[in-house]
Amino acid sequence: MSTQDVLDDKLKNSLDLDKLLDKMFLELETKITALDKNNIVMIGIHTGGLWIAEYLYKKLELPTPLGSLSISFYRDDFTKIGLHPEVKPSQLPPELDDKHIILIDDVLFTGRTIRAALNEIFDYGRPASVILGVLLDRGEHELPICADVCGQTISLAAHQQIKLSGPEPLQLTLVEKK
Amino acid sequence: MISKNIQLDEQGRLRHFLSIEGFKRQHLVNILDAAEPFANVQEQAMKKVPLLRGKTIVNLFFEASTRTRTTFELAAKRLSADVLNININTSATSKGESLLDMLQNLEAMHCDMFIVRHKQSGAAHFIAQHVSPHISVINAGDGCHAHPSQAMLDMFTIRRHKQEFADLKVVIVGDILHSRVARSQIHALTTLGVSEVRVVGPKTLIPSNIENLGVHVYHDFQSALIGADVIIMLRLQKERMQGALLPSEAEYYQQYGLTEEKLSYAKSDAIVMHPGPINRGVEIASSIADGPQSVILEQVTNGIAIRMAVMSQALGPKSPNGGKQP
Repeated sequence: MSTQDVLDDKLKNSLDLDKLLDKMFLELETKITALDKNNIVMIGIHTGGLWIAEYLYKKLELPTPLGSLSISFYRDDFTKIGLHPEVKPSQLPPELDDKHIILIDDVLFTGRTIRAALNEIFDYGRPASVILGVLLDRGEHELPICADVCGQTISLAAHQQIKLSGPEPLQLTLVEKK
Repeated sequence: MISKNIQLDEQGRLRHFLSIEGFKRQHLVNILDAAEPFANVQEQAMKKVPLLRGKTIVNLFFEASTRTRTTFELAAKRLSADVLNININTSATSKGESLLDMLQNLEAMHCDMFIVRHKQSGAAHFIAQHVSPHISVINAGDGCHAHPSQAMLDMFTIRRHKQEFADLKVVIVGDILHSRVARSQIHALTTLGVSEVRVVGPKTLIPSNIENLGVHVYHDFQSALIGADVIIMLRLQKERMQGALLPSEAEYYQQYGLTEEKLSYAKSDAIVMHPGPINRGVEIASSIADGPQSVILEQVTNGIAIRMAVMSQALGPKSPNGGKQP
């Protein structure tokens, strides 16, 4: 058995995707009990975040359309790495003013993706609040950004990366960066 | 013809966009793919993205233009770049300043990109050879030579309607002789693998040896239209015509003007294109220009997305020496 397999097995045992999603759902449900569901807009960040958002959106039975966000045009490393070859379009409701946003991503790491997402959201309006929900939080944030709802916090080495594949089935894999 | 392709840096990334020649199919497909999300941005309530914030783009138009200049300007603004429109008629070149002196002055103002239109073929290429390594040059039309961003927005429009380029029969009609648009379109269509490109017009307006570009020459409009998927009408460029190339506009319209009757020879789902400005009743009937098969205004909209794609690719990551060979 290679090192990759051992790590994968260890990770699989500790990370039960269904449990993580359930935990996120329950925490979100509590967070939004006091809010009018018509004033809530859920937004998933392409691509992994959107898959998770689709699941949570159905379970929370939100009446407003699900939004999606592609942060490619808002990245802070454009001059270093250029434009991603396949940029997905963002689909946000035209009116975000005074809405309570639930922003969903798969993995929170440096916080730069969330910074870009917030910038894009604020280009569309002034929401009443933004709740950040993530499946996994790696810690080691480089910006003052943290999740309000989180499936699990995990600690990984710098050369390791966790990837969500999907949408059917949703699956977590540990990738060793060369 | 450009011998060393100065349009790409040593990593093969876009640096200048001067002519379709010198690009492989994948380069063109990359530009078309990059334009797709920008086309979506146009449809959003928020049409601006912060990609080129802090960059300065200069529109240097030595020749009249409405569509091209304004769509380049809009594209730059929607990428959050700052745009300078230099009015050549009132600039210091009219006081005798040379072109290169003027460019050096603009460089001293820390500009990042020049969008150039000039009546001389090769003007943009000349400027690209003389600018500092960090500056990109985009050709917005040079004489009768090339208008690559127009050709790419046309390819983008065709792809949105017809998907596969390989099976298409494309007809380009009219003043091929003076048309930089036609030349760039022909290069783009053949590079993208279109099976048949036909050019049609009176003998006086078809350049000799144009068959060498891989096109079929027709002088009879109706036979050229049979089986056509895409019909591209061109404007008669009277400002570039020297001598009597045409008997009269009325006679030209009768033979080469696109009317309902002539359109019926093409496939029923053929699209009709025109780079603008259109001359109604000279090259195209109003009922066609405004009709269901016309995609002329879509071309204008797509021009913004294509120009956003080209600008953001050219102003993306740069090699340290700007692509100039040591």
